[in-house]
Amino acid sequence: MNIINIEHISKVYQVGSEEVHAIRDISLRIDKNEYVAIMGPSGSGKSTLMNMLGCLDTPTSGKYDFTGVSVSQMTDNELAKIRNKEIGFVFQTFNLLSRSDALHNVELPLIYAGIPAAERRERAEEALIDVGLKDRMHHKPNELSGGQRQRVAVARALVTRPSIILADEPTGNLDSKTGEEIMILFNEIYEKGNTIILVTHEEYIAEHAARIIRIKDGLIEADTPVANRYIPKAKSEVNQ
Amino acid sequence: MSGIALLSFEFKESMMIALRALRANKVRAALTMLGIFIGITVVVLMMTAIKGLNNSFQQGISALGADVLYIDKWTWFTNVPWWEQRNRRNITMADYEKFKSMAKLPVAIAPSLDTRQTVKYKDQSVESVSVEGSDAEYIKTTNLTFEQGRFFNEIESKSARNVCVLGSQIADDLFPHKNALGKNVKIGPVEFKVVGILDKQGSFILGDFNPDQRVYVPIGTVFKYFSGHRRNSISIDVRAAGTGAIENTKAEAEGIMRKIRGLMYNQPDDFGINQQAGLTDLYNSRVGVIQIAGIFITGLSLFVGAIGIMNIMFVSVKERTKEIGLRKAIGAKRRTILTQFLLESSFICLVGGIAGLIASILLGLLVNQFLPTSIDYSVVLIAILVSLITGLISGFAPAYTAAKMDPVEALRFE
Repeated sequence: MNIINIEHISKVYQVGSEEVHAIRDISLRIDKNEYVAIMGPSGSGKSTLMNMLGCLDTPTSGKYDFTGVSVSQMTDNELAKIRNKEIGFVFQTFNLLSRSDALHNVELPLIYAGIPAAERRERAEEALIDVGLKDRMHHKPNELSGGQRQRVAVARALVTRPSIILADEPTGNLDSKTGEEIMILFNEIYEKGNTIILVTHEEYIAEHAARIIRIKDGLIEADTPVANRYIPKAKSEVNQ
Repeated sequence: MSGIALLSFEFKESMMIALRALRANKVRAALTMLGIFIGITVVVLMMTAIKGLNNSFQQGISALGADVLYIDKWTWFTNVPWWEQRNRRNITMADYEKFKSMAKLPVAIAPSLDTRQTVKYKDQSVESVSVEGSDAEYIKTTNLTFEQGRFFNEIESKSARNVCVLGSQIADDLFPHKNALGKNVKIGPVEFKVVGILDKQGSFILGDFNPDQRVYVPIGTVFKYFSGHRRNSISIDVRAAGTGAIENTKAEAEGIMRKIRGLMYNQPDDFGINQQAGLTDLYNSRVGVIQIAGIFITGLSLFVGAIGIMNIMFVSVKERTKEIGLRKAIGAKRRTILTQFLLESSFICLVGGIAGLIASILLGLLVNQFLPTSIDYSVVLIAILVSLITGLISGFAPAYTAAKMDPVEALRFE
């Protein structure tokens, strides 16, 4: 099934009197249960594309259908609703609320979805157990390691059962061992039937995905399946 | 969820989020509250003081009686210049006698003449006391009541006996721990016997008019002992049969006075017919302005508090840019963010305001020892409403800034 269908989108920013073509002409389809990595050097339009895919921004021209619904003309509030229900974000800098514990952080998208408190709590607990943080639910971000923080963020992304997980450099702030643990988590999520879009500039992280889309100068340079996908292996110390 | 259920859900959740944010920044929230606290405290205190002054003024002039006319050489409130009034003929006892025989409508008519004297009892003395000379009917033109004794009677006033009635303050000053009734006090150089002591009237403002600080004697004694006053003009105090009759009584009095004074139809009145209402008007026009200025000045401190809130809320929004970006990214609508920040600022103001209200009520009790204060329940309501509205208004601009943030930009903010 087709989740993302983009046809000839472009994005033009006005910087002073100059027009910057962040995206010139991109067409793209992503199906359900794909694991896609988007790669590109900085300034390639990779971030703009990611914002577009994440419904944080709308294209200047072109068509964007998300799960069959056209989002290219939506208002801010309509986009907020789509983001809330359909997209799970994982950021490089985790973006957790520093003064709230893990549980409340994971509950947050459910609050905006209007889920009653009891159900919210139950689902947030489940999501935290799924990412292996059963014993860390009431810890605040500053009481957690980097890897654990990113797990909280992953739980927050999963808790709404979104159509896609959109991860922007999820291992960028982690050491390679912890990063690898997060990639194992992503692999598990993928194998459970989720759709993952991974934005990265590191080749070996991208090779965890099944398909790599390379962006350059606002255009797709290459869109190729990964012949020899790297499947990370869970080590004994990973699930604590 | 239905619209209302969803709104109340959002409201409740936004409240929780706002409370969390406040708890996370306790010191800052408390300092911001302090601004509103001080603002509300001074405004409410000002309002209670004004209310107290107004009450005591009303109480004070009620001693004058709303249905009493004071016929006097001087018109109290007029644009006739004082030097013209000064050249008017004096009102004499003869005028009073004629007036009394001609007037049909009044229920009581009494002459009065005021003099300033030192009043003494043994080593206690009060200087510059307003000593009011009158006759037995005077008491009927007032609403005065007695703590002890009586007013002087007709025989005493006609024969100008040395008897006097003391206002409660004068009695307290001269006889701190003793009963004044039947004692002899010295008014000027002359001894007078105390026949009555008035109840405390409790008026605060009226000064010379305040019966608490006056002494009443038969008018004949004023002419007899305080001779300089013989040339003075008396006043004729006229009580109408109720406030409804006051206009007719006034018209009759004017006609009679013009006849007594022999005025031609084209000559203006050379006397004034004064009443309490004029005093109220004057009070409102003078004191009212001062009161409005007082509210305005204290209101400024509330305004400064409001600016403080706005300032802090702007800082808070700026500081939490990334958090706002995240909230928007994971699905917070503009409205939700707006509500969250508005609730935060209104909560600060409401708590500060209520604390200020409580403080001002307590302070009001303290101030009441020196100045009359009076708290009105409407003031409580107004104070709470004002602090809430202050929170909403001063929080709106920062909250709106937060609500319309672009999530992409906000997430990138460091």
